[in-house]
Amino acid sequence: MSLREETGPYFGEFGGRFVPESLIKALDELDAAYRAAKDDPTFQAELTELHRSYTGRPSILTEVPRFAALAGGARIILKREDLNHTGSHKINNVLGQALLAKRLGKTRLIAETGAGQHGVATATAAALFGMECVVYMGEVDTERQALNVARMNLLGATVVPVTHGSRTLKDAINEAMRDWVTNVDSTHYLLGTVAGPHPFPVMVRDFHSVIGNEAREQLLKSEGRLPTAVVACVGGGSNAIGIFHAFLDDDVRIVGFEAAGDGIDTPRHAATLERGRPGVLHGAKTYVLQDEDGQTIESHSISAGLDYPGVGPEHAWLRDSGRAEYLGITDDEAMQALLSLSRTEGIIPAIETAHALAGALQLAASMSPDDIILINLSGRGDKDMETAGRYFGFLKDGR
Amino acid sequence: MSRVTETIRAAEANGRGVLVGYLPAGFPSVDETVEALVALAEGGADIIELGIPYSDPVMDGLVIQQATNRALENGFRVRNVFDIIRAVTARVDAPILVMTYWNPVVQYGIERFAADLAAAGGAGLITPDLIPDEATEWIAASDAHGLDRVFLAAPSSTDERLQATVRLSRGFVYAVSTMGITGAREDLDAAARTLVDRLRAVGAETVCVGVGISTAEQVRDVCGYADGAIVGSLLVKTLDSDGVDGVRSVTQSLVTGTQHLKP
Repeated sequence: MSLREETGPYFGEFGGRFVPESLIKALDELDAAYRAAKDDPTFQAELTELHRSYTGRPSILTEVPRFAALAGGARIILKREDLNHTGSHKINNVLGQALLAKRLGKTRLIAETGAGQHGVATATAAALFGMECVVYMGEVDTERQALNVARMNLLGATVVPVTHGSRTLKDAINEAMRDWVTNVDSTHYLLGTVAGPHPFPVMVRDFHSVIGNEAREQLLKSEGRLPTAVVACVGGGSNAIGIFHAFLDDDVRIVGFEAAGDGIDTPRHAATLERGRPGVLHGAKTYVLQDEDGQTIESHSISAGLDYPGVGPEHAWLRDSGRAEYLGITDDEAMQALLSLSRTEGIIPAIETAHALAGALQLAASMSPDDIILINLSGRGDKDMETAGRYFGFLKDGR
Repeated sequence: MSRVTETIRAAEANGRGVLVGYLPAGFPSVDETVEALVALAEGGADIIELGIPYSDPVMDGLVIQQATNRALENGFRVRNVFDIIRAVTARVDAPILVMTYWNPVVQYGIERFAADLAAAGGAGLITPDLIPDEATEWIAASDAHGLDRVFLAAPSSTDERLQATVRLSRGFVYAVSTMGITGAREDLDAAARTLVDRLRAVGAETVCVGVGISTAEQVRDVCGYADGAIVGSLLVKTLDSDGVDGVRSVTQSLVTGTQHLKP
């Protein structure tokens, strides 16, 4: 059976809809509208045209030989989602859902954001479609991603710092769900990753599958072959599933790199698939970092976008079935890879993406020059200059 | 018959609706929860709703979030809930329904949780993020152990869903008064009455209304068309500010609203 045909609500034992009854009507409406739109050539044509004229799709492939030489094994090719409008893959899903929200007659978009990339993309779509926009962001993240808060404000969005719980992405999702329960008639919750209740994991995956579909076709055209391995970073898992999905039925190794923070054997990491257990979080059954009682444990990563104690249910399923592997990359390994790509190729990646780059170097070292690793270069690093500047000591005066 | 249903029927026979009072377990401590629940029952609450603190309570407003966070910071463990139930049922008769988000039950083991809850003398579960569609295992476990299943019904639920919710609930159906999360509101939505009428039309025998209720006036209003009113955030706030005696006197005041006004 094709692994690409899974349409939810369950992926094996994972997924489902563990949400208050108040949200079921909205989820049913969204599911029906999404299925109709999926088969509607008008909707697909509108989205494709938006991606061509606004996002800048298709994104290009860039081979990075000087970077690959650091590992001295396989060739490495990047799928350049960092070149999309707003600087990351997030816009793929946002434009799709915003078009759907318009179809549903919603006038207000709400979103959660960790690193700020999804919030910026949502604020962008709200500006483009003339909709009201509220973005929930953990207070901790508003501090470490202050520039993205300013960008969202500039775009006309209201950013609400979430001051309870761990004050990071997971609490921003809780707050967005509370808003949605209260304002569901006027509001679409534009969830930014492949987590959450059905239909979000399937719908968000489909909107991002353009990444893998393009890359597969581009590689077949330029190289006449498929890659040996496809890799991506995994927080909630949207950019990863976006590039993995096209290759699920191929003889291609698939590896996701999670944030190992200080190390997966320390208490400070976000390695949900390696160190979590199946449970229920944010409306889906999936792997969760949790204590014995099922209380969610705070995750840690230098990258706000990977700092999440859950993961999309499709990744949980791909992990358990063995189709994909998931490995950890520490903060230090990721930052070293960020520096390396910047200095060997003149491309500054997001810290999230740097986890995939570090992982690719590890894989490449044991491969041959005939092998090709395809990396989803999911975002650019401009937003991370403050963190990187401090990490490497480029910023002075105690910043 | 479920003890919760019996309690509702007995109140009805006395011309009253029931008052369901919510407090979270372990707030501010396990021992104080026991005293507060006893005061709640002695003050006149007919049914006790005992919440299990959870790290990600998406259905709760700020008052309950802050209280449950404090319980967790003070070291609350899920198994403490059974000790609380034992201690309270030894002293008062009000049946205890446990309100819990689903993950703590999944991690404890659904069957094991049901067995331990029944053994402790608990009446059943209220499940804010478990819809009947996802509840196959819980339905089997609650049947096996004779526990109540209180599912939520929302103003936005279709008639088809209300029908399934009524068929699969036991004890009562929890009608969510408004589209929103827990916390006191000045105006109770007219949507609550419509929802209760719709639940009755698809066969509901016992319906209690919750979310946003914090005055004896609102309790009286709700008991005019439903079988009972559920009060949470006000009691939590009162326990925090005025302690166990505060809970007792606030409950005494709320319960005055449960008397049906004879036309």
